[in-house]
Amino acid sequence: MSNAIQLLRLITAGSVDDGKSTLIGRLLHDSKSIFEDQLSAIAKTSEKRGMAAVDLSLLTDGLQAEREQGITIDVAYRYFATPKRKFIIGDTPGHEQYTRNMVTAASTANLAIILVDARKGVLTQTRRHTYLASLVGVPHIVLAVNKMDMVDYTEETFNAICAEYRAFAAQLGIHDVTCIPMSALNGDMVVEHGDNLSWYKGAPLLELLENIVIDYDVNTTDFRYPVQWVCRPQTQEHHDFRGFSGRIESGDVAVGDEITVLPSGRSSKVKEIVTYDGRLQRAYAPQSVTLTLEDEIDISRGDMFVKAGAIPQVAKEFEATLCWLAESPLDLNRKYIIKHTTRMVKCLFSHLEYRVDVNTLAHHAASALNMNDIARVAMKVQQPLVLDHYGKNHSTGSFIVIDEATNNTVAAGMVA
Amino acid sequence: MKLVENKDMSSHTFTHLDALESESIHIMREVAAECKNPALLFSGGKDSIVMLRLAEKAFRPAKFPFPLVHIDTEHNFPEVIACRDKLAADLGERLIVRSLEDSIKRGSIVIKDPDKPRNPYQSVTLLETIAEFGFDACMGGARRDEEKARAKERIFSFRDEFGQWDPKNQRPELWDVYNTRVHAGENIRVFPISNWTEMDIWEYIAREKLYIPEIYYAHPREVIRRGNSVIPVSHLVQPKPGEKVEVLSVRFRTVGDMTCTAPVESTARDAREIIEETATTRITERGATRMDDQTSEASMELRKKEGYF
Repeated sequence: MSNAIQLLRLITAGSVDDGKSTLIGRLLHDSKSIFEDQLSAIAKTSEKRGMAAVDLSLLTDGLQAEREQGITIDVAYRYFATPKRKFIIGDTPGHEQYTRNMVTAASTANLAIILVDARKGVLTQTRRHTYLASLVGVPHIVLAVNKMDMVDYTEETFNAICAEYRAFAAQLGIHDVTCIPMSALNGDMVVEHGDNLSWYKGAPLLELLENIVIDYDVNTTDFRYPVQWVCRPQTQEHHDFRGFSGRIESGDVAVGDEITVLPSGRSSKVKEIVTYDGRLQRAYAPQSVTLTLEDEIDISRGDMFVKAGAIPQVAKEFEATLCWLAESPLDLNRKYIIKHTTRMVKCLFSHLEYRVDVNTLAHHAASALNMNDIARVAMKVQQPLVLDHYGKNHSTGSFIVIDEATNNTVAAGMVA
Repeated sequence: MKLVENKDMSSHTFTHLDALESESIHIMREVAAECKNPALLFSGGKDSIVMLRLAEKAFRPAKFPFPLVHIDTEHNFPEVIACRDKLAADLGERLIVRSLEDSIKRGSIVIKDPDKPRNPYQSVTLLETIAEFGFDACMGGARRDEEKARAKERIFSFRDEFGQWDPKNQRPELWDVYNTRVHAGENIRVFPISNWTEMDIWEYIAREKLYIPEIYYAHPREVIRRGNSVIPVSHLVQPKPGEKVEVLSVRFRTVGDMTCTAPVESTARDAREIIEETATTRITERGATRMDDQTSEASMELRKKEGYF
C-alpha cells in the first residue's frame, strides 16, 4: 500500500475556547486547501467585526439557521489533501449535546485530535472527550496542547500535561497517544515546526497525519460479509447468474474458500468474485464485490458469510453499551427496531445494568435513559443477529436503534 | 454488460479512490435494498456521470433497480442534454425527463422573467415528479465540499411531506449503518458521493475514462465580461449595449443553468490536464462558476429548505 494515496478520517474535539476552529483553519490554510474566494469572504467578515488579522476560525462558521437560532449543527465535514493523503475532518462544534455529536463523528474516525489549552491543562471535558473516543474505539489519539505561546513555550508545562494525560489514557486502555505542543494561532507545530518549540523533537501535526499507519485499523483476520443485495439479472446472457452483493467488512476471501452462511449455518464454496472491472482471485475489506457460490442454497439480504475458524456469535439475547441520542427518553415498555449490518429486527431492552458518568467514569444504577446518556443494557431481539464484540470488529459489533413511530435514529449501540 | 474474465487484481493497492468508490457502492445498494421505489437523479453533468459508473459497479451484470430522472430547466447546455441521452441509451437504462415547462403549463411555476436563472424553480418540478411516481428515495450527485450547507447534510437526508430539509433536526448518522425508513409521502435524498471532492471526481473520470460533455474541456467560446464573471453568449444571454463579445479558450467546471453558469479560462484539453489545473486553482468550484450561489451567503441553504436536492 506504500505508493497509494490513502484516506484518513479524523475528528477534532475541544471547545471554541481551546482554539479548535483556529487549528482547523490553520491546517486548511497552511496546507493550501483554502481558496481565494473563501479567504476573501472571511477577510471581509473579519474586517466587519473589527479584527486586525484574518480570523481563520471563521472558516468553520455555520449556517444561517445556526446563527439565527444560536445553535450548532452537530457535525460538519471538511476535506483537504496533501500529496500523501486525503483527509476528511468531522468537525463537532458546541458544548451542549457533546456526547451525541462526538459519538456520531467519532464512529467513522481513524484518529481523534483532542485539544487542551496549555494554561488549563487536562480538564473534565478532556477526560470526557477521551472517554468517548475510547468508547467508540478511535484507534489513534493526538493530544494537541494548544496555546503554547500563552505559557512562553515552556517544555515543563507541556511535559506535565502529557504525563497527566497519558496516565489517564492508560486507564482507558488507549495505547496510541501522541502529544504535540502547539500554537495554532501562530502556526507552530501545525504544518511547520516553527522556531518557538525547538526543544520538541517530534513531527508537526500534519506530518503525523500524513504518516500514521492506518492499515490495521480494520480487522484483517475474520472474514465478515453481510449480504446486501441479491443480484439476479434474469437476462438471456446471464440466465442462471445468482450473485450475492456486499462489502467485505473485515478479513478477506478467495475463490474456492469454504464459507458458512449465518444464521442458517449452511455451507458452500466461493465460485467467483465478480466485479464490474473483472473477476478476482481474492478480495479484501473494505472492497464491495459480488460473490457467487458453488451450491444453490437459500440466501437473502441480512445473511452473513463467514469462514470456518472465525465464527461470530449468533444470538437473540446480548448485552451492549448504548448511547442515547434522542430527546425522548428510552421507554422500557416499548419495542424498538435495530439495524445491525444489513439486518433490521425488532428489539426490547430488558434491563438497564448501569449508567456511566462521562465526567467521572463512575457507574450509577439507572432506571431511565435520556439524551447523551451512556449505559450498559441487556437486550432481546426478535430474530437472531450475527454479532462480534465491538472491540474486535466495529462493523459487526455496532448497531443503531430506530423509533418505530417516528422513524428517528434514537440510539447507537456497541455489542459488549 | 459483459464481464472481463479472470483479471487478477490480488496485488491491487487500495487507494483513496477505491475507498470512496466502495463506500458509494455500499450506499447505492442500501438504497436499492431498503427503499421501495428509488430513483437516481441524472443530469448529464460530470458528478451524475460518475454516479452512473458507480451504479454500474454496484448492480452489473443486472440492470439498475431504479430509473434515471432528470428535471430539465430547459436552460441547459445542448451538449449536456445530448450527453445525457447518449449515456442513458448506451447503458440501456430507463430515463424519465420532466421539464419546468410542464410545471409552468400547469401553473405551479409562475416565471417573471423567462431569461433569468431557473434553479430556484427546479424544486417545484422535482417535488411534482416525486409525487407523480411515488419515489421514496432520490439519489443525487451532490458533494459536501461544494458548499457549506452541503457540508452539514447527512448522506441519507430525510425530507418531510413538503420536501423540506430541516438542518437542525437531522437524524444522527453513525458508522455506515443508514436509517432509510420513511412514512408514506415522506422521502429521503441520498448523496452517495458526499465524501468526494472536485479533485476526486476528475481523478475518477480519468481513471475510468468516462465520457463527459465536451464543454468540460477547453474550447473557444464567445463570452462577455460582467463584473468578475465571464458569461457565455447563448440564445438566452445576449450582449447588452456597450458590452463586447470576446472569443476565449474556456472550459466549464460545472454545467448548470446557461444564464448563471460561468466558464473559466483554460487550455486543459483532457481530464489529466484538468487535474493539473484543479491542483493549482485558487478559487472554489461554485465560487468560480455559479452566480446564483453568490447572491447571498445562504443561497444553497435556503433552496435546500424549499426542497432542492
